[in-house]
Amino acid sequence: MDYEVVIGLEIHSELKTKSKIFCGCKNEFGGEPNTKCCPICLGMPGVLPKLNKKALEYAIKAGIAMNCKISRFSKMDRKNFFYPDMPKAYQISQYDLPICYDGYVDIEVNGEKKRIGIERIHLEEDAGKLMHDPFGQGSLIDHNRCGVPLIEIVTCPDVRSAEEARILFETIKTILEYTEVSDCQMQEGSLRADVNLSVRPRGQKEFGVRTEMKNLNSLRAVQRAAEAEAKRQIAVIEKGGQVIQETRRWDDNKGESFSMRGKEEAMDYRYFPEPDLVPIVVDDAWLNEIKASIPELPLSRKERYVNELGIPPYDAGLITMNKKLADIFEEAYKVCGNPKLASNWIMTDILRRINEQGDSVLDSLNGAKFGQILLFLEKGEITQASAKQALDTFLETGEEPESIINRLGLKVQRDENLVLAAVKDVIEKNPQAIADFKAGKTKAFGFLMGQTMAALKGKGDPAQVKKILEEQLNAAINE
Amino acid sequence: MSILNKTIKETSELLRARKIGVVELTREYIKKIEKDNENINCYITVCEKEALDAAEKAQKLIDEGEASPLCGIPAGIKDNICTEGIRTTCASKMLENFIPPYSATVVEKLLGQGAVVLGKLNMDEFAMGGSSENSIFGPVRNPWDNTRVAGGSSGGSAAAVSANMACFTLGSDTGGSIRQPASFCGVVGLKPTYGLVSRYGLVAFASSLDQIGPLAKDVTDCAIILNAIAGFDPMDSTSVNKEYEDYTQDLEKGVQGIRIGLPKEFFDIGLDDDVKEAVLNAVRQLEALGGKAYEVGLPSIKHSVPAYYIISSSEASANLARYDGIRYGYRSSKARDISELYRLSRGEGFGREVKRRILLGTYALSSGYHDELYKKALKVRRMIFNDFNNAFENCDVIAAPSYPVASFKIGENIQEPLKMYLGDIYTAGVNLAGLPGLVVPCGRDKNGMPIGIQLIGKAFSEKLLLRVGYALEKAVGTFRPGEGN
Ligand SMILES: [Zn+2]
Repeated sequence: MDYEVVIGLEIHSELKTKSKIFCGCKNEFGGEPNTKCCPICLGMPGVLPKLNKKALEYAIKAGIAMNCKISRFSKMDRKNFFYPDMPKAYQISQYDLPICYDGYVDIEVNGEKKRIGIERIHLEEDAGKLMHDPFGQGSLIDHNRCGVPLIEIVTCPDVRSAEEARILFETIKTILEYTEVSDCQMQEGSLRADVNLSVRPRGQKEFGVRTEMKNLNSLRAVQRAAEAEAKRQIAVIEKGGQVIQETRRWDDNKGESFSMRGKEEAMDYRYFPEPDLVPIVVDDAWLNEIKASIPELPLSRKERYVNELGIPPYDAGLITMNKKLADIFEEAYKVCGNPKLASNWIMTDILRRINEQGDSVLDSLNGAKFGQILLFLEKGEITQASAKQALDTFLETGEEPESIINRLGLKVQRDENLVLAAVKDVIEKNPQAIADFKAGKTKAFGFLMGQTMAALKGKGDPAQVKKILEEQLNAAINE
Repeated sequence: MSILNKTIKETSELLRARKIGVVELTREYIKKIEKDNENINCYITVCEKEALDAAEKAQKLIDEGEASPLCGIPAGIKDNICTEGIRTTCASKMLENFIPPYSATVVEKLLGQGAVVLGKLNMDEFAMGGSSENSIFGPVRNPWDNTRVAGGSSGGSAAAVSANMACFTLGSDTGGSIRQPASFCGVVGLKPTYGLVSRYGLVAFASSLDQIGPLAKDVTDCAIILNAIAGFDPMDSTSVNKEYEDYTQDLEKGVQGIRIGLPKEFFDIGLDDDVKEAVLNAVRQLEALGGKAYEVGLPSIKHSVPAYYIISSSEASANLARYDGIRYGYRSSKARDISELYRLSRGEGFGREVKRRILLGTYALSSGYHDELYKKALKVRRMIFNDFNNAFENCDVIAAPSYPVASFKIGENIQEPLKMYLGDIYTAGVNLAGLPGLVVPCGRDKNGMPIGIQLIGKAFSEKLLLRVGYALEKAVGTFRPGEGN
């Protein structure tokens, strides 16, 4: 039978506010355990939370970027459950009045646009982390992450394949990066996804029984987990069995998921409004201010690159998926005046550097300075090879491109006498090549050209060198 | 007359006139506590060293001409209000050894004025109760009659003032916990409007109802303390940002033309004759001074006790969930795994009444009962709020009893939680509506026990309440245990 996969994602993203959501503690990843906490985020007796307005602003910003409606009146609620890394034994979250609701994001699957609904985005606090006690048998708790602001983005079950799930996750990640509400460091756990998945015979209207896989922290894991879970559910049904509604743990190393024995089903969180915080009211002025701060988003940026700058769709897609890269491109092409030159360099040289050194290379790459190097190239003042060398040096030292080019003497050598002397010298030293050239072997010309460029330490203007070499060779042949 | 009998105002004048030094005064109070606490049991912790240090500092301030009216005045703090470096137990085994690394905003404010904190006061465990018998440190005894309770949950705070073991105290009021013990012990107690006084550092019982307030020897003292503790606190989102008011101003303006509402539901049934007579007599006194009494209706008030117990217990079930034996507080040594650690630590660390409330609240919030109980209680709360608003269209203050009887014996009601709960009928509705309530002594019952009248006002009408209370106090007089009878 032919089956259709139905997927919805729940994405948790930490917000990169300076301080935590309810106290003044620094919101930073890492550090010695329990060094970034205070009585408030430790939930000690008598303390009270105070909502960080920036966290609320970031949640609203994410909501606007995902075309959500913004609740003008909402509130925080208590979600009650005991867990050792939850100091208050309740999580301050949002229940029936999420700050954002009824939105959508557009994703691109095989060049086709597809719209995925966003059911809601709500604001909540993160919990601490349990760690194995290295000196004993029990567990220890690191509270540094307690009270880090989070948004939970719940999509509608509009996703129909594992690949779509990955693209959706990536698209949302990119939107969060563009709006600068989250740094989306998945290896640090600041962005993680739960995959809700069911299958049904194609054409059936009702959804099948769904399972949930929690805390997937890479694009690859989302796709693989969804693929494997769809296969597993289909196999269960084909064998005449029934899929059980449960939470499953995905083991990315084994490429398999395991049942977590459905204890979630028994949970009753006993939500009720958080009495320590006042209701949240969003007024027009503030909402407009936040709206005005939303930058151009990836998909519209991509369309602009394709339609207005003539960048190939594939290249434009790749560049805009990474906000830093897109920002570098934007600045570089404006300085050098040639968008295609800039995109070509990014697609080859810069992507190679990212592959070799990771995303961090972008931190030292200033788009305007990169554009200056490309401008020298565009004007023919340096060669392709010199441009690479200048870029290497710039990434190492951060020196001004012009000063690098002058210091290393990378400017193209156009002194006709010098070029002529070099050509003559090469002709004199390579009689065999001259003979070959006379015999009609065109390969010999390339060799001589290379020798001349080498003699000029790579700084010759290829057109000029070619012209003088041709003249001299013709003269030599006619002798 | 002993220095310990004096009000804040009188003591402050003596300090300023150098009739007595702050250290000497503090020693007098500590001596008194040493002598009588074994009997009254109103203090859980006495912090002599800290008090004497503070006294020395206060003396310096006075010598330098510091004008603050609370400077050098010895005070007691209910033991659910956090004091940095001084253990804050909530009268519970759960927090028996808990020393907070921070002080409540109100404590900071008192210390900032140069007040001298003598110690921490006994109460019902986690402020749950109306008799101060639910304490691991034993019951507080009423200074008027040691076989009787001091009321609760701020029984220690009321008894300490009544027995001259502190010049004034702070208590907390969630459903009557300042007003009822004030009435039982014959002192003045004020439950401020919700949001007037910061709750930061008050160990939460029911966050939407809790409010810290003063207990004092007279109305003027209450106003002086309120001046010190009221005001917006950025650490408490529910505290209200409003203009500063001097509550000691206008106390003497009298009650000419003031409309006094008498809710008929409060004087119908279930009220002790002596209490009824004392309250109505006080109203007549106010009328004699130019006030006008009217009957008003609070039709929904009969539902206030169930609504109060559902809402307060629901919030408590979450507020007290943090006492899990993991980070601080009592931890059972018998636990073998995490779920046993929760179960045993909480089972052994909480007393019966606290467990009863946690169970009640957990039940009321559970799916299947949430709408029938919690949501319905919120609806009732809204109705009661509207009832009061309607009543205040026809009156300026409401006069009411504080409790159905003047007092009861230690052990008399402890096995009957429901009877205890029903006693909150005159007070809990005020918390549900977020209004201020002032209790002023107005008479005695046949046993000689004091009776306090409760004056309820519109939100943030403390100034008017204090003015009416002051007029009544001038007419009726204040009285101390051992006097008359
Ligand atoms: Zn903190």
